[in-house]
Amino acid sequence: MRSTPGSADVADEALLALDDLRVTFDTEQGPVQAVRGVTLDVRAGECLAVVGESGSGKSQLFLACLGLLSANGQTLGSARLQGVELVGATERSLAALRGARVGLVSQDPMNALTPHMKIGEQLMEFVLDRGHMKTPEARARALELMRSVGIAEPEARFEQYPHELSGGQRQRVAIAMAFMPGPALLVADEPTTALDVTVQAQVLDVLRQLRGQGLTTVLITHDLGVVAGLADRVAVMYAGVVVEVASVVELFESPRHPYTAALLESIPRLDAKPGARLASIEGQPPRPQERLQGCPFAPRCPGARERCRASEPRLEWGAGRASACHAPLPGGWAA
Amino acid sequence: MSTPLLEVRGLRVDYAGSGFLRTRRHTVHALRGVDVELGEGRSLGIVGESGCGKSTLARAVLGLVTPTAGEVSWRGWTIDTSDRARMLQMRREVQVVFQDPFGSLDPRMTAGASVAEALDALEGVTDAATVRSRVAGAFRSVGLDDGFASRYPHELSGGQCQRVAIARATVVRPRLLICDEAVSALDVSVQAQIVNLLADLSRRQGIGLLFISHNLAVVRHLCDEVAVLYLGRLVERAPREALFATPRHPYTRALLAAVPAPDPRVASRLGTVALAEEGAGLSPAAGACAFAPRCPHATETCRRQRPEIEPAGDGTVVACHRWRELATV
Repeated sequence: MRSTPGSADVADEALLALDDLRVTFDTEQGPVQAVRGVTLDVRAGECLAVVGESGSGKSQLFLACLGLLSANGQTLGSARLQGVELVGATERSLAALRGARVGLVSQDPMNALTPHMKIGEQLMEFVLDRGHMKTPEARARALELMRSVGIAEPEARFEQYPHELSGGQRQRVAIAMAFMPGPALLVADEPTTALDVTVQAQVLDVLRQLRGQGLTTVLITHDLGVVAGLADRVAVMYAGVVVEVASVVELFESPRHPYTAALLESIPRLDAKPGARLASIEGQPPRPQERLQGCPFAPRCPGARERCRASEPRLEWGAGRASACHAPLPGGWAA
Repeated sequence: MSTPLLEVRGLRVDYAGSGFLRTRRHTVHALRGVDVELGEGRSLGIVGESGCGKSTLARAVLGLVTPTAGEVSWRGWTIDTSDRARMLQMRREVQVVFQDPFGSLDPRMTAGASVAEALDALEGVTDAATVRSRVAGAFRSVGLDDGFASRYPHELSGGQCQRVAIARATVVRPRLLICDEAVSALDVSVQAQIVNLLADLSRRQGIGLLFISHNLAVVRHLCDEVAVLYLGRLVERAPREALFATPRHPYTRALLAAVPAPDPRVASRLGTVALAEEGAGLSPAAGACAFAPRCPHATETCRRQRPEIEPAGDGTVVACHRWRELATV
C-alpha cells in the first residue's frame, strides 16, 4: 500500500520507489530499528539528497535496497527499481543489479579501488567480466569517462596504481568506475566527506556536470552545504524516518519541520557575523536502540506540545512537499 | 607589550623516514618555517588542507616533536624537553582536544575517573573531596550533569564524549587549549554546541585557543586571528575581519570559495573553482612558490622565486608576489 498521495501523479516517473521500507538489526541488546518505515520516490533525472545526522538511517536505507546490509540486518517493505522488486530478491539478482544498473560511490575511494590493480584494469574489470564490452570498447569508454570526471592525462593514469593518485583523483576514478556499465542510478554516500575542501569543490563540480547530463542521483550526506549546490529535492531523515521532503529551494527558504529549520540554523556560514554564536539544537538525536514515544524530535523541539509527546506524526504530503510534524512551521523559521 | 602566551619562530620540522617497503629514503618537510603568536586569552585558527603541517604545529607546541630549526616559546620560555619540571608545568598549562572523541578516552574508565586522572597526573590532586568538587565543576562547565561522571565512553554520544574530553582538558585550568579538528567528526547540530562551548570557556576562563581546522566557516565563528598554511609554510596570517573581508593570498581565496554555500540560489551559480588538481606532478620546483603549480595567477616569477612573507596592511602578513595587484581584481 503506497501511502503518499502526493506521489501518485509522479508514480510513472519514479525510477526507484521505496514503500514503507524498514531495516532492523539483530543485536545483543535485542532488535534495533535503523529505518522505521520510509516511503520515498527517486524520480528519473533528478538528484535527490538524503540528509541526516549519524544514526538517522540514511545510509542503511539505500544499502538495504542494494542488499548490502551486514549479516544481522533485515529488510521489510518494498523497494522497486524500474518496477523490479528488490526486497527479498536473491543475492544473485541483486549482485547483477549492483554495478550494472546502480552505481555506488562511497566515502572512502580506497575502499572502492583494489590496491594491486592498475586503474585501467579496475575500470574495465566489471564490463569485461560480464561480457558487456570487449577490451577496445571498454578502454575507449574508460578513457572517455576519466576525461569527463576531470582526470588529466587519462592514458597515463590508466597504467598507474591507486596509491600513485591523490585522494581527489581516486574519488574521480571511483565515480568513473561507477559509470562504466551505464547505470540508471548513481548512489553517492558521503562522496566528498573524506576530501579536502578545495578537492571537495572540484568533485562536486563533477557531480554537478553529470547531473546536467540527466543522470539520476541519490546523494546521501550530512552536509547541507553540499546539498544546496547539487540537489533538486531533499529528504531529511531523523531517527529512522523521513521528516521532510521538499525542493531544495523550498527546503532552504521555508523549512516546515523544526528539525530541518534548526539544522539549517546550525550550519557555520561564511556570511554570518564574525564571532557570532551558532544556533544549536540542544540534546542529542535518540540512539537507535532507544524506545521512542511520540515524535522522535519532540525532546529537542522548541515547539513541542502534549500531542507531539503522545503520538508520532506521519509524513503528510501537500503541494509536492511533505513534512512529519504536528505543528509544522508556516513559512520557515524567520516567518 | 606583555610576553605572548605562545610564540612560534621560524619553526621547521622534518620527519626522516623510509619509503614504501623501504625502497627509498626520503625526508618529509612537515613545517618549513612558520611564525605565529598567540596572546593570553586570544584564539588563533590554523587552517589548511591535509599535509599542510597544521597537526605537526600542534605537536611541536606540545613538545611532542623536536623542531629541526626555529623555536617554540611558552610564556617566554623556549620549550626544552630536557627540563622535566618546566615541561610538567607546561603540560598542565597546555591542554589538547583531538578529533576522535572516543579515541581520546580510556574505554575502561568512567568519564569521571578520566577527568580525575588528569587532576592527579598534572596537579597531584588526590584528596577525594577536592577531586569530587573539581570534577563536578569541570562537568558543569561543559554542560554535563553529575550523572555523566559514572558513565563509560561507550554509553556516551559523540558530542557527550567530546564534552568529557574538554572537561578533562579544562579541569587542570590550562592557559591554552589546542583543538586539533576537535569538531570535525561531530554532527552539524552537535558541532554547533561544541563550538559555542569552546567560545564560552575561552571567554569565561580566559583560556587561549589554538584551533586547528580545515573548516573556515567554523574558524570564522571562533577565532580572533587566522593563519593559513600551505605545504608547511605560512601563506597568510590575518585578524579575522581582514581575512574574511579581503583575503590576500590566492590560496586563502580558493579555500573560502570552496566552502559550499548553504544557499541553493548562490551555490547553483558558482562555477568551477579555478584551482589545478592537487597531487602527483604538481610538486613545486625548488625555490619556487609552493602554491604556484595550482595557482590561477602564477607567473614566471612565482615559478622561479619563493615570495617572502611581508606585511600587507590591516595587521595581515602574506607570502605572495602578486597580492597588491590581485587586491584590485
